[in-house]
Amino acid sequence: MTILEYIELLFNDYTLRTITMGTAILGAVCGMLGSFAVLRKQSLLGDAISHAALPGIAIAFLITGAKESNTLLLGALISGLIGAFWIKAIVTKTHLKSDTALGLILSLFFGVGMLLLTFIQKQANANQAGLDKYLFGQAATLLEKDVWFMASITGACLIVLLLFWKEFKLLLFDADYTKTLGFNVKFLDGLITSFIVAAIILGLQTVGVVLMSAMLLAPAAAARQWTNSLAIMVGLAATFGALSGVVGTGISASHPNLSTGPVIVLVASVFVLVSFIFSPSRGLLFKEIRFRQNRNDLKLHKTLSFMYDIAKTHDDIDHPHSVRILNNFHGYTKKSLHKLEEENLIVVIGTNWSLTKKGFQKAENLYNQHIEIND
Amino acid sequence: MTSAQIEIQLIASLVAVACAIPGVFLTLRKMALISDAISHAILPGIVVGFFITHDLSSPLLIIMAAFTGVLTVFLVEFIQKTGLVKEDTAIGLVFPALFSIGVILIAQNANDVHLDIDAVLLGELAFAPFDRLELFGVDVGPKSLWVIGTILLITISLLVAFFKELKVSTFDVGLASALGFSPAIIHYGLMTVASVTTVGAFDAVGAILVVALTIAPAATAYLLTKDLKKMILISIGFGVFSAISGYWLAHGLDASIAGSIASVLGFIFLIVFLFAPGTGMVSVSYKQSRQKIEVLLLTFLLHLKNHTEKKERHVNHLGEHINWQKSQAKSVLDLALKNNMIVIDKGIVALTEKGDTFTENAINYITDHSEEAIEEMKKDFFLFRG
Repeated sequence: MTILEYIELLFNDYTLRTITMGTAILGAVCGMLGSFAVLRKQSLLGDAISHAALPGIAIAFLITGAKESNTLLLGALISGLIGAFWIKAIVTKTHLKSDTALGLILSLFFGVGMLLLTFIQKQANANQAGLDKYLFGQAATLLEKDVWFMASITGACLIVLLLFWKEFKLLLFDADYTKTLGFNVKFLDGLITSFIVAAIILGLQTVGVVLMSAMLLAPAAAARQWTNSLAIMVGLAATFGALSGVVGTGISASHPNLSTGPVIVLVASVFVLVSFIFSPSRGLLFKEIRFRQNRNDLKLHKTLSFMYDIAKTHDDIDHPHSVRILNNFHGYTKKSLHKLEEENLIVVIGTNWSLTKKGFQKAENLYNQHIEIND
Repeated sequence: MTSAQIEIQLIASLVAVACAIPGVFLTLRKMALISDAISHAILPGIVVGFFITHDLSSPLLIIMAAFTGVLTVFLVEFIQKTGLVKEDTAIGLVFPALFSIGVILIAQNANDVHLDIDAVLLGELAFAPFDRLELFGVDVGPKSLWVIGTILLITISLLVAFFKELKVSTFDVGLASALGFSPAIIHYGLMTVASVTTVGAFDAVGAILVVALTIAPAATAYLLTKDLKKMILISIGFGVFSAISGYWLAHGLDASIAGSIASVLGFIFLIVFLFAPGTGMVSVSYKQSRQKIEVLLLTFLLHLKNHTEKKERHVNHLGEHINWQKSQAKSVLDLALKNNMIVIDKGIVALTEKGDTFTENAINYITDHSEEAIEEMKKDFFLFRG
């Protein structure tokens, strides 16, 4: 199947279109809110909350006895919120650290959820099949109304983000200052946490409990590498998230036996990897290139200053010296000699070199940072 | 009790102990979530090991999985060292990626792999007694009992042998390296033990509940004591207690054993979190509210001492000037009266001699000493606390 054929199929096939739309919207909203989670050092909140949602799903099912996805999601939302605020309480009220709190809530809530799920399975109720799709997610079960639901939550979240943009931004980077300005920090904090929880719950059905955390933070971590501006980061993260959704769905749809959730996560991980390596300002590749450049410059300067020490002992600075005397010097290579000649700092005649006036001046002022050299 | 029941409880208890010991150190080193990452990330290791041997009970699986666990730690630390993202983000990026690879590997070879993700993630303790180990044709007990028993034995002997190294490197990395123990070796040693334990425990209790057994007993114990040895003992105690009572809870409800063990752990943690003396939620909230009132009282006494004019010392003035709410003002006044710090005469508040000395001392303490000294001083003056 070529890409063109796939795109054509995308417009004609109802299921594929719905799933692609759903994963794209999910990716976008997760990327958007994930940016806040990552910057607030709550990256693993997604992991904890997605696990913490499980008992809510089970209890909602036990109470209503129906597999109506909205009531189950409501249950998940409530239990996710309880988990989120309990984590907050553990961190603020006791000396346990946030990693312990996250791990505790994650595993304990999940354990309770397991207990309830297995309890439900033993009940004589034919309706319960498919509850465990929330564990691993099943994008294929997305319906058009689920997509509309996701879209409306995303819209609401976008509006709130725009309304409280400067407050959220301030809270993100300087919570104490926000407090002294008189903003209700608790309210803002609760608001953003609630939206993060809501986004996680939305994703449960599609990518499942285990992989939800990557959905939340991979696009944001990738976006972080390209910019230092919050607005651009949020935009980029949303784009990366949506792209991961679309591409991941495409790959899994065109191959047999590939579940959508893991593929989306892997595509998002590829975004992260590419960003880590190729981002111009923070990326590992350019960092390494800059590092080498600096090291070469340093070597060149060292050679120059060595030459200067020799030239200084003579009356005329352009007095020729043999190249051989450089042989014992550590920073000297043929290449660096050429480079120095290219920059007009020295002249090489045969096997002799001599400093030019420019080279002498530069070497003289090499360690004197106050004087600017005009090259 | 049937022998199967006894065996299940024995396995559960051994798993609890084997998880609790590394758990204490992970919690203290703020690496609790590494156990979560390891427990998920070992999936591709298990799958690849299975492809090689086609035998779920091969020891190669444990080795491969432990290797993937250490690889996870290594990757997390590598990403973290680049400084591109924070540590927690690094964890969150690595394990879902590895887990996804595992899931895809299983799905791609679904036809010839009898490996279920559910089984890996959730485990089923109830089946453990049916998988027997036979030595020279003699049945010597369930296989997982031997596996976890061996791991536990290694863990305990490592703990005893390297206790002081672990202790020093946990609490003071600088001192440890100055004394000549390599923190890196201890770190990776601990990670290897954590990985091996996770792998050994996962087919009994499942990957996610390993995390519960690792973190919850240690966190609960940490709320109750600050002594490392006691903390290890208490977490082992909680682990074993939850394992056994969890089994009976599951027996009663006819539900997942692992799930009910985690639920018991959660319940114990909740109780300790709320009511632990000195560190629990109730006691901390109480202490905080008391301190709040006492700070207000101090402010109030300072105010009285600074103002001789009657207008400033009128009861009604409190609300307008210091901007206190009525109930707050009342409890501060009550506290001051009870402690004989002030007298109120026709609505005018005046310091008593005792109140005057206290305020004087308090000013001296605040200007000369650290604030903690105030607590000692309050004991000398206060009959009633806020």
